[in-house]
Amino acid sequence: MIKMSAPMNSDHTPKTLSPTLARERVAKSLKNRHLNEGRFLSYGRAAIGTALLFLMFLFGSILSKGTPGFFQYYVTFDVYLSADELDPYGNASAQSLFDGNARAVLRDGFFNLLDVSGRKNKKAAGKILSEGAEIRLRQMVVDNPSLLNTTQTIKVAVDDDIDSFLRGFISRDAPEDDRRINDTTIAYVDSLQEMGRINYLVSDYLFFGSASRNPEMAGIKGAFFGSILTLSICLILAFPLGVGTAIYLEEFAPKNKLTEFIEVNINNLAAVPSVVFGILGLAVFIGIFGLPRSIPLTGGVVLALMTMPTIIISSRAAIRSVPPSIKDAAYGIGASKVQTVFHHTLPLAMPGMLTGTIIGMAQALGETAPLLMIGMVAFVVDIPSGATDPATVLPVQIFMWADFSERMFVQKTSAAIIILLSFLLVMNAAAIIIRKKLERRW
Amino acid sequence: MLNTKIDAPTVGNIFSKTPKITARNVNVYYGEKQAIKDVSLDIGFGEVVSFIGPSGCGKSTFLRCLNRMNDTIENCAITGEICLDGEDIYDPRMDVVPLRARVGIVFQKPNPFPKSIYDNVAYGPRIHGLARNKEELDDIVEASFRKAGLWDEVSSRLDQSGTGLSGGQQQRLCIARAIAVSPEVILMDEPCSALDPIATAHIEELIFELKGDYSIAIVTHSMTQAARVSDRTAYFHLGDLIEVGNTQDIFTKPQHELTNSYITGRFG
Repeated sequence: MIKMSAPMNSDHTPKTLSPTLARERVAKSLKNRHLNEGRFLSYGRAAIGTALLFLMFLFGSILSKGTPGFFQYYVTFDVYLSADELDPYGNASAQSLFDGNARAVLRDGFFNLLDVSGRKNKKAAGKILSEGAEIRLRQMVVDNPSLLNTTQTIKVAVDDDIDSFLRGFISRDAPEDDRRINDTTIAYVDSLQEMGRINYLVSDYLFFGSASRNPEMAGIKGAFFGSILTLSICLILAFPLGVGTAIYLEEFAPKNKLTEFIEVNINNLAAVPSVVFGILGLAVFIGIFGLPRSIPLTGGVVLALMTMPTIIISSRAAIRSVPPSIKDAAYGIGASKVQTVFHHTLPLAMPGMLTGTIIGMAQALGETAPLLMIGMVAFVVDIPSGATDPATVLPVQIFMWADFSERMFVQKTSAAIIILLSFLLVMNAAAIIIRKKLERRW
Repeated sequence: MLNTKIDAPTVGNIFSKTPKITARNVNVYYGEKQAIKDVSLDIGFGEVVSFIGPSGCGKSTFLRCLNRMNDTIENCAITGEICLDGEDIYDPRMDVVPLRARVGIVFQKPNPFPKSIYDNVAYGPRIHGLARNKEELDDIVEASFRKAGLWDEVSSRLDQSGTGLSGGQQQRLCIARAIAVSPEVILMDEPCSALDPIATAHIEELIFELKGDYSIAIVTHSMTQAARVSDRTAYFHLGDLIEVGNTQDIFTKPQHELTNSYITGRFG
């Protein structure tokens, strides 16, 4: 109730201001209003400017730190693929090639190039080559046995210590005992550089390699496929369940204490820290149901639990935003409730639902903590071929790499972060495109 | 005068000689609030009945009771009896799906589906399984558009979106959509309130042409519209049905004081 001030005396009659007085007062207040509006605008601009600055700093720093991770140093030299050494059984079978001495063949070619002799010198020069080099050489022969007994040019990665040295992270001025490579090795690296045998190239190991303790050989392929498998499981479970729940709660469920209780709980679930879902997954799925640990299936189920509240909430908002007049129109010509929902409400709500789902999926893609709880932090070298193979996922791989002590993992970690972010950007772009495509006017 | 309490029964003749819909002692409650008080009214075969009255008098609520559109509103309770051809539509065994096919409705704001013009009208026949093949469906659609007087305007662009039509065309599209399922009664809830005078004239003409084939109940705020299109007029006031009579009689010699005040424009 508004309380009016009592009239001061009995002959007071309330009246509006005269036009001139009103103009005067308006003019007076106008200046203040403009000032307020201007101030508010400048606050807004300052806020956006600051946010943009932070964003630019973030992306600039990630890109500048991460770009070197996409490259690494390779050394090129000729090797004679001696059949005696590489193919001891003489039948070019996989077993024979596997038992062959690729290491010796490789080192012979390398030492020839540098003209190395003596056990000590060979040990120093051998340190330049990555352990992955002999695997690559063997693969080359397995793929094409006709190369045996020919001379081939081979390009292999250098060891991570040499890589760090070439990047300038290991100083040649440091005392020899304090650095991981000795003076002899440095001398060989210098002569290789003089010969132009060392190249800074896009790293194929990063994209096509799997988890490895040797940073020069480590790649994200395994984790990438692990992520895709886990997300697929998560999507297959969370989307139908989430959308179904939203439709039921919004269109069919009676509004009573029970549904209200369920609603409050769904909203609360959306705010539960993700690590709690991991503990739940550990206790229930692995502990009680006996699902194996470290597999994308378990990870996908846990992430589906985590994503479902997001999908339910955004789907319900999408359903609620469908104009009631459309539903009335459908009911008005005798559509049943289910027909109205599936013919009209759902198609109109679909863009909103998909947006929510993709946001949920993006969250799931970046999730680490719950997957650590269910053992997806395992060191898995094989590329997972199915949802029940042990696997790890991109963010967990990043987390593991960040923990390793070798200098080269720093760049690999940054590069993997860039790949993860690109993955996210692609997903968000897909969300926008789907939304634009499905959006209809009414 | 608006807040006058009335307990007197309805003045005039609520009965029709050939009733299609018979409503008896209908009460509607929204929670605690009573929106319709003991209303009884017949709607005859092929006649147009208009419901008039000041805002909030319950005329739209009553209209929506006639095909159970109020079912979709929560905490809406209805007592009394409404019969369609002598069958109680609020009988628990009554299925609302065929009921709403028999008693169609056109809303205040044109609400075409965000689909093609063709699909808008074809939707009803499709869900009710009225057409056995594409030719029959095409026939139904064309006939509905012709009855709604829209065929010439849309026949060349049936695949375009129904929402791209003008307001008046959209409303006629909605009427065609209602006609397509061959209803017996058409309810119209202020069908012209969102339209300009020319579109309104179109709709009124259409109502005139549809009369005879369909029983029509129309809620309107325009007394001239009620006078032009309807055979009988019912005047509602604060949930009571005050007076029912032939349209001519209501507008020339109203018997109730409230009706008289309303039609002479003293309130409303």
